Amino acid sequence: MPLWLTDEEFAILCAACDRLVPEDETAGATRAGAPDYIDGLLGAFLVDPPRIWAGGPTSGRQGGEAAFARFHRLGALDELAWRTRIEGSLGIPEREFNGPVEGLQQRYRTGLAELGPDFCDIGPEDQDERLRSRRAFTALVYEHCCEGMYGAPEYGGNRDGVGWAAIEYPGDVQPRGWSDVEVANP
Amino acid sequence: MTVDAVIVGSGPGGSTVADVLTRAGWNVVIVEKGRNHLLDPDELTKPAADYSNDELKFIYRYFLGPDPLIEPRTFRRGEEEGDHSYVGEVNSIPTTVGGGGTHADGKVPRFREEDFGLLSTHGPIEGAEVADWPLTYDDLEPFYGQAEGAIGVAGTAGANPFAAWRSGPYPMPSGAPMYGAVRSSAAAEALGLHPYPAPTAANSVPYDGRPACNNCGFCAFFGCPIHAKGDPIALLLRAMASGRAELLSETFVSRLITDGRRATGVEVIGPDGATRRIDARHVVIAAGAVETPRLLLLSGIDHHLVGRNFMVHFQTFVIGILPERVHGHKGRAVTHVHDDAMIIDDAARAAAAEAGLPWIRGGLVEHGGPSLPVMEAKIYPWGAKHKSLMRASPMRDRMWAFTMQGEDLPQLTNRVDLDPTVRDVRGFPVARVTYRPHRHEIVASAHHAPRLVRVLEDMGATWTMTSTSPLVEGEDRRGALSAIPMSRHVMGTTRMGDDPKTSVVDAFGRIHDLDNVVVADSSVFVTSAGYGPTLTLVALAARAAAAMVGRTAPT
Repeated sequence: MPLWLTDEEFAILCAACDRLVPEDETAGATRAGAPDYIDGLLGAFLVDPPRIWAGGPTSGRQGGEAAFARFHRLGALDELAWRTRIEGSLGIPEREFNGPVEGLQQRYRTGLAELGPDFCDIGPEDQDERLRSRRAFTALVYEHCCEGMYGAPEYGGNRDGVGWAAIEYPGDVQPRGWSDVEVANP
Repeated sequence: MTVDAVIVGSGPGGSTVADVLTRAGWNVVIVEKGRNHLLDPDELTKPAADYSNDELKFIYRYFLGPDPLIEPRTFRRGEEEGDHSYVGEVNSIPTTVGGGGTHADGKVPRFREEDFGLLSTHGPIEGAEVADWPLTYDDLEPFYGQAEGAIGVAGTAGANPFAAWRSGPYPMPSGAPMYGAVRSSAAAEALGLHPYPAPTAANSVPYDGRPACNNCGFCAFFGCPIHAKGDPIALLLRAMASGRAELLSETFVSRLITDGRRATGVEVIGPDGATRRIDARHVVIAAGAVETPRLLLLSGIDHHLVGRNFMVHFQTFVIGILPERVHGHKGRAVTHVHDDAMIIDDAARAAAAEAGLPWIRGGLVEHGGPSLPVMEAKIYPWGAKHKSLMRASPMRDRMWAFTMQGEDLPQLTNRVDLDPTVRDVRGFPVARVTYRPHRHEIVASAHHAPRLVRVLEDMGATWTMTSTSPLVEGEDRRGALSAIPMSRHVMGTTRMGDDPKTSVVDAFGRIHDLDNVVVADSSVFVTSAGYGPTLTLVALAARAAAAMVGRTAPT
């Protein structure tokens, strides 16, 4: 169940993400949870505290507390900035002091609709063609896809660290860190 | 109530002043526009636990601020581009308690003797405001020592043959050398260069109640999760522990209140949006070389040089792809540097002469850089090749890079002023940066880069590439964005000097026209050298603060 997108939109997003970062011998974008990351960003304010900044100092994956899971509370200005970025300015005066801002929600709603209701059913070459013809939107989804592949799992993507495991990257390493010997002779 | 001093900005400069003044018995208020993620909000004498090895939070989600949706800046190369060519992130050094110190990877070299006397040592350059500083290295040396002790610097005295003299050892020995840096240093040495362990504000041993760095690798752009980094935390903790400092975060200083030749305080807007005034006997401005001139201009302090001579570092990136992995994520990002490109040798003289310039100087060359997978992933194209590229990792785990922090000459036309139309969230005009590099920077970059390419080739690189930030005009492929310098080393906008006609502040940071206002950040720099500004601005702030309490030596 997606958090903010409709089921239809989420299905198109999954299909698009799997063309951007396809499945091979390691997990593709959808299996890694990149669409969940994107949906989590679009619906960040449906959760309290909003899923914008994971906590610190440790995730628990290398010891220490699982503190990433405790998301930060936002200050009033942080909330204004992030609501504007995600929801758009929506004609609200306090969000439009430098003019209107198109939100990520609107960009995804429009962009996914433009990929077409049949996007999941057409062949991979045709899917790629549609993605190539919508350059700006595809670039946005790809950036988020990369974040959802290789960012911390607490944000909803990189499920169980599969993105990191595929590239033999350890992710966050506090409180363990690296010994001087590991640094000089890895 | 009138406090002894109000300090605008809690970065390395403001924190240094807070430390010196509170130790002298003064009561201070530190006003910080950004949020507090550095000190425990319930007990400001202890560190917070907000920082983490989290690439999303620190690189893509503005955790350390400024968020360009509430505090944008604008940019243009010159007046011919109209009011501005870009609105958003421009040289965004963090807006947070601890300021720029929190995100730096902590390389803190001293300047050298000649950096304070470029005009008398090497002479003028047409189109640039090359000048001597109103103080010498010898004047500043004791304060460099104080600065290194206060923030905690690890280094190896004598390892850099070009280094200025120093009166004492580094407070800590150098930390663990990174594998890639050991290899690039060996290749550089074989070509006649002189790499050495970078003087680094990261604890190599437990120091001042803070732990030794455990090499997690999340230095540049990140706050240190274990507070082993010499961001200004030590100075702030000491100031807070004195009981004589108050920290107001999420509080914006909208103007200085002046009466003739004196400031009587500042007007601030707090987190609740209410405007009030703080009365003070002295005002210290340490908001960084973009926000400091902005505040002066918002306050109507319109000395003709306020905001002029804006400098960054002209960065040259030379990257190489190696056949094997270098594990650049293990260790503190940059453990070795070399100064050779700062030295005017016969080859540099010849290159300058060929370009019709009297001299050229490059900058400090850093070996290595951050190693972050989301950043890497966004470089590669989407599609079938994405994951094989990520696994092979040519742009991260098999990449080695040099960054030269090239000296940027001061120019009157490079400036910070108030944007005519764009506002911040509180309704105030934002800072506009007008910047275009001098030909000197471009010639110096082109001269020094090929030697770095050879080092990478000797290391075994199978492919190399050279780029700059900003891109040289004409090589511009990404529009306005590539014209904006990526460097966060901002300097020069209230330059210091003895003559009020050619400088904004004196050798102690005091604004010539205002008897009790001191600038304590890199705005006061006369020239940019090719070294990161932090240690020098801390030393200058310590000297300025000592003068405020009537001392000439470090306190």
